[in-house]
Amino acid sequence: MNEELTEEEKEALKHIALKLETFEKHRGNLIPILQMVQNNLAYLPSEALKIVAQHLGIIESEVYGVATFYNQFRFHPPGKYPVKVCLGTACHVKAGDIILENFERKLEISDGETTPDREFSIERVACVGCCALAPVAIIDETVHGHMAPSKVEGLILRIKLQEEIEEREKKKNEPGQS
Amino acid sequence: MSPDNRKNIDIKFNAIRKEAEKHRNEFRDAPVPKIHIGMATCGIASGALETQKAFKEALVENDIEARIHTVGCFGHCYAEPVVIIDHPDSGFPPIFYHEVTPGKAKMLVKLFLGGGDPRFEHVYGATEENDMIPSVTDFSRFNQEKRIVMEKCGRIDPEDIYDYIAADGYSTLVKALKLDPEEVIKEVTHSGLRGRGGAGFPTGRKWNLAKSVTDQEKIVICNADEGDPGAYMDRTILESNPHQVLEGIAICAYAVGAHKAMVYVRSEYPLAVKLVTDAIQQAEKLGLLGKGILDSTFDLKIDVFQGSGAFVCGEETALIRSIEGYRGMPQHRPPYPVQKGLWNKPTVINNVKTLASVPPILDHGATWYRSIGTQNSPGTAIFSIVGNVVHAGLVEIPMGVSLRTLIFDICGGIQNNKKFKAVQIGGPSGGCLNEDFLDTPIDFDSLTEAGAMMGSGGMVVMDEDTCMVEVARYFLDFTQKESCGKCTFCRIGTYHLLKILERLTKGEGLEGDLELLETLSQDIKAGSLCGLGKTAPNPVLTSLKYFRDEYEAHIKEKRCPALMCRPLTAFYFDLELCARGCDACATCCPVDAVFTTSNRKKGVDQELCVKCGECLVACPPEYDAVRKVSPPDLVPYIEKPPEKEKKDVK
Repeated sequence: MNEELTEEEKEALKHIALKLETFEKHRGNLIPILQMVQNNLAYLPSEALKIVAQHLGIIESEVYGVATFYNQFRFHPPGKYPVKVCLGTACHVKAGDIILENFERKLEISDGETTPDREFSIERVACVGCCALAPVAIIDETVHGHMAPSKVEGLILRIKLQEEIEEREKKKNEPGQS
Repeated sequence: MSPDNRKNIDIKFNAIRKEAEKHRNEFRDAPVPKIHIGMATCGIASGALETQKAFKEALVENDIEARIHTVGCFGHCYAEPVVIIDHPDSGFPPIFYHEVTPGKAKMLVKLFLGGGDPRFEHVYGATEENDMIPSVTDFSRFNQEKRIVMEKCGRIDPEDIYDYIAADGYSTLVKALKLDPEEVIKEVTHSGLRGRGGAGFPTGRKWNLAKSVTDQEKIVICNADEGDPGAYMDRTILESNPHQVLEGIAICAYAVGAHKAMVYVRSEYPLAVKLVTDAIQQAEKLGLLGKGILDSTFDLKIDVFQGSGAFVCGEETALIRSIEGYRGMPQHRPPYPVQKGLWNKPTVINNVKTLASVPPILDHGATWYRSIGTQNSPGTAIFSIVGNVVHAGLVEIPMGVSLRTLIFDICGGIQNNKKFKAVQIGGPSGGCLNEDFLDTPIDFDSLTEAGAMMGSGGMVVMDEDTCMVEVARYFLDFTQKESCGKCTFCRIGTYHLLKILERLTKGEGLEGDLELLETLSQDIKAGSLCGLGKTAPNPVLTSLKYFRDEYEAHIKEKRCPALMCRPLTAFYFDLELCARGCDACATCCPVDAVFTTSNRKKGVDQELCVKCGECLVACPPEYDAVRKVSPPDLVPYIEKPPEKEKKDVK
């Protein structure tokens, strides 16, 4: 939870503070509020927990206690391309843990973490609901079924290449615009 | 309700129904082909969105007019994306196509819609009896099911309330509103409906208890916090037919006298959240929910609460705590939630499947419902069957069907002609049953007797390549993480259970570990407050009971009989079979553990190998040279040439 907030996030935080006013100061609203914050920021920085606690008039540790209890809330910013590896029962039986391990090895982070350049993050999820495709990994909303360890490297490479191409296109277009 | 009131209800509802029928007839009678696409989460995950796009594009390209109808899930997950094409002009009945990729979609538009050729090689079956194409109703996966709760799933558009009303939806709510609440409860009690959340508490009795509290505001909660990894029927029902659940909630609220209801659904199910929220709005707009339902004196406000993903919140007292904004920790019972629940008000909490069963019961009557299933467990059971089974997906069967019928007849048996080993029923709280139990009838009591439980309805079928110790470890890993930490036995006990199991799967098991597992399991069961702790040791206890020899092999021989526990297995290449110069395994190895021997065959560097099994898949079948063995010291020694030479070969 010690990442510095980016300028954008600081802006979003101000927006959240305004939005908070629409929620009644009622303890039952704590989880819906945390969900709203995460929807806006993609994670819960400690600054956000502070203003939530202030709004509801409860101590910060209470908010932190509730937030850490539930799997939904994350305290690290996710990567630009979040990788979610399904470890539901069906995927486990079909060796989903090997897929997770391969992503961890290739990206050099462990599950729950984000790469230093904030490009990729790895998360384990329980059943995404397409057990017939097991094992399954989701990268940036796209579901990849029947995963194999050898597919992992290709998927990561493809994303990196695509980024490079986009960047090149951008550069190509820039002189034309100015 | 007064007679006047009853008359008003009928007038109001008939007007809505007429409108719905108008919508349906307009769609049905349109003289163009209809394409029904299954678009629940499972369909979308398999690519239904791309398929839909391809259909749309192809229709424009070929200048063909057709209607696309998005429906929910058929339950046939093995076949997703599923499409039914109804093209009456071609002379064929509606045809069921499976695994419709965008390419297939474009081809079907061009050749079937455009040319009248249904492409028999891609046809799965016709949806009705006919002389030309085998009908899916002849397949056991279709005709042995008995659909009550899921009857309309996959047939109607979940986003269109009129679709549901035209299919007789909300008519039982009207029927209920014209009865006295007592009569509704009597009917539900008489039907023998038992809670489908796992424990099987009689629903009628629960409602009666809530009804008997008269002086307070009451709340109805629909529990859709389906946390079992591998079970997804609640989600499918909410995504395919949310209105049937809402109708069930409304009937329940009317019966017990509540004016406030909540659907507690996991936020991990974004599509379900969206569809339920939309469905509530649609129903309110038509006056089927909200203030003065159908001009009667009955009000009901339904809200959606998004659960934040904690397995323990499936337990009713924990669920209540989480709505109140606290950590979801279970509370002592009594007082039961029906006496003192959410915000200390009497609260009825029912599972999605229970509530969705209510409209059909009131529609056809309690006696009809009792005629399905068994004496003590009437009705149907819905299972999500996954794992090493051919026709995975959702199945709704009458209670009392045997496991053998379910797995081998309905779901087509085990994949790749492997041998059946075990079936795990009830998720992390359930148990593993072996072959001897295949003839056990599926109902609440028989399963509990066998040591498993109905639970949420997750069912994982495992073949001979699955290690039971590893499966037990997997479930314990899950429950240990999900234990809320309130009871010491659950919090620390599950941790130690997990540590022992981990030890076993690494081949570091000690003499006496099995006895320790057993006593520790019993202690956890005795010392925990809620269902999570009470049932967490079940996977260990049942697998220990029915697969003890496998546990012993792990301890005494340091061997995994199913070749699944990675620290206990190893790969090598049979040099007799390995083809000289072939590089298939080396190129696919994610860790470069494959080296070339001095005579250009392959060997595995055991220190580098992560045992992912890719080489086994990559090795061409004509060589089939990869061998997997347990324990690892069975691997023959294959000399690795010095580093420099390896570079030369490359």
